[in-house]
Amino acid sequence: MSIPGSGTAESAAPALGATAELAPVQLAPLAGGGRLWARLRTHPSAIVGIGILAFYVAASLLVPLVLRWNPVDQSLNDAFLPASAGHPLGTDDLGRDELIRLVYGARYTLSLGFGAVAIGLLVGLPLGAVSGYFGGWIDLLGQRLTDVMLAFPNILLALALVAVLGVGLQNVIISVGITSIPIFVRLVRASTLSIRELPYVEAARALGVPATRILLRHVVPNALAPVIVQASLQLGAAILIAAGLGFLGLGVQAPTPEWGSMLGLSRNYIFSDPNLATFAGLAIFGAVLAFNLMGDGLRDALDPRLK
Amino acid sequence: MLTYAARRLLVAIPTLLGVATVVFLLLRLLPGDPAIVIAGPTATPEEIHNIRVQLGLTLPGWQQYLGFMVRLAHGDLGISTRTGAPVIQEISTRVPYTATLALASLVLAIALGVAAGILAARRRNTAADVAISGGAVFGVSMPTYWLGLMLIVVFAVRLRVLPAAGTDRGIESLVLPAVTLALFSMGLVARQTRSAMLEVLGQDFVRTARAKGAGRAAVLLRHALRNALLPILTTIGLQFGTLLGGAVLTETVFAWPGIGRLLVDSIGARDYPVVQGVVLLLSVSFIVINLLTDLLYAYVDPRIRYG
Repeated sequence: MSIPGSGTAESAAPALGATAELAPVQLAPLAGGGRLWARLRTHPSAIVGIGILAFYVAASLLVPLVLRWNPVDQSLNDAFLPASAGHPLGTDDLGRDELIRLVYGARYTLSLGFGAVAIGLLVGLPLGAVSGYFGGWIDLLGQRLTDVMLAFPNILLALALVAVLGVGLQNVIISVGITSIPIFVRLVRASTLSIRELPYVEAARALGVPATRILLRHVVPNALAPVIVQASLQLGAAILIAAGLGFLGLGVQAPTPEWGSMLGLSRNYIFSDPNLATFAGLAIFGAVLAFNLMGDGLRDALDPRLK
Repeated sequence: MLTYAARRLLVAIPTLLGVATVVFLLLRLLPGDPAIVIAGPTATPEEIHNIRVQLGLTLPGWQQYLGFMVRLAHGDLGISTRTGAPVIQEISTRVPYTATLALASLVLAIALGVAAGILAARRRNTAADVAISGGAVFGVSMPTYWLGLMLIVVFAVRLRVLPAAGTDRGIESLVLPAVTLALFSMGLVARQTRSAMLEVLGQDFVRTARAKGAGRAAVLLRHALRNALLPILTTIGLQFGTLLGGAVLTETVFAWPGIGRLLVDSIGARDYPVVQGVVLLLSVSFIVINLLTDLLYAYVDPRIRYG
């Protein structure tokens, strides 16, 4: 099951299937954004996570206003310049300003993360809800399919898909997105299994409310809390995998300033100019750390036992 | 126990078949004619035709599938289009390297992760706990490929105490790759151990053990750890997948001649039979290890057999 950054292993029950079953995490239903924010605000790791993300967003909006370099245009005479007022972090092997490339890279990395997790959610959530609510052969088929997908060790499925689909931003989002599907299926299915037995769902069924409406109005909203926690952790995991593909040269391609591919290319200069690798990797690390910390914070904020 | 083992084995069979099917489809899903893709832009029509025959692409789909499965059952994974050697041979010469690396990392992750987790739980909310818990989040957020590069810069370039890449210095060559690969799993194991131990340490039987005068170490290890073992084992079992997947990136960073690097090289060279073989081998090992972990649970906790 485990994809890098998936802290869910912590809440996983002893695995009885071919891969770990996710235990229905005991989280309160979402009760108003206000109260959630009030609890997140007092959580130190959530604050650090949100702070890092705010810094990334601010930097990617503000730095291009001050530093008017182009992230792609080459200027070979300026290669490997050390840090200076004009180039706060120096320049890379093709004379491009390192800071401006990092700052533009935030857009690609965040799009990769959000795009992939969106695919995982859009496919995984309905599949999990239907599988858990209806049971029977639909569930059996769905579960065997997720078993198969989870049988590929983390980055491997994304790697195999990219090998087939080809490289580039869109294909990386699709590949990493597909690998994020099974974890959401498992999670939503587990929550649905317990929710469908609750009195209010039974009442709705007795009143003759159609199944689709029960799912949309009663089951899914109450299954969302663990999904939100997982989505945050999954964002970190998706970024880690997507940047890993870039690092291998199988992700977003040069000259696009994507952090993973920047890190991969900087390897060639690791002995002469290790700063390039340091900055690109630090950027990836910071983004993954931010989403993991936020996920931890969300988990605690949504846990009714910690009220 | 035997019935339980037999039942778990039966459940694993559809997953294995599913994985083999996905791997079969991988080559057929290539956009366009895989033979043309494999042959490359300079190939003559005869060369393309030869590859098509060699891959069995001239046969109807179901015959290709059946043939693939039958050959698979005989351990025949096809011929590498890059070297002309049987895929199974290409892979088997690389397996010992990946196995050594993954096992060394696993031992590191378990030994240090469990020890750190116990320490953090025992000294809950002290500086030691904060440092370990913080370190664990850092560990699971760290891009392994970046960590590897940074370790090379420090230990191979600056301090010159360990080799930067390759395998020719025996155990010294293993240190940096193993540490790099282990860190993520170490973080997860430490987090899981900490939370499992905290849960157990608050229980009555631990207090009773203390009250009757059992030594500190005995309470911690014999009473607490033994009962906290199940969720820890789950996490450790899942780490095999993480390690097998992570090996792809770590081996690339350290020029380690394992199957992970073989996979990346083969994707680059469009050597799809080898790509199929490696993906299949890694996934099947993951399934088998999960199966063994499940059986280990049943051994550790007899309740599971009757569950």
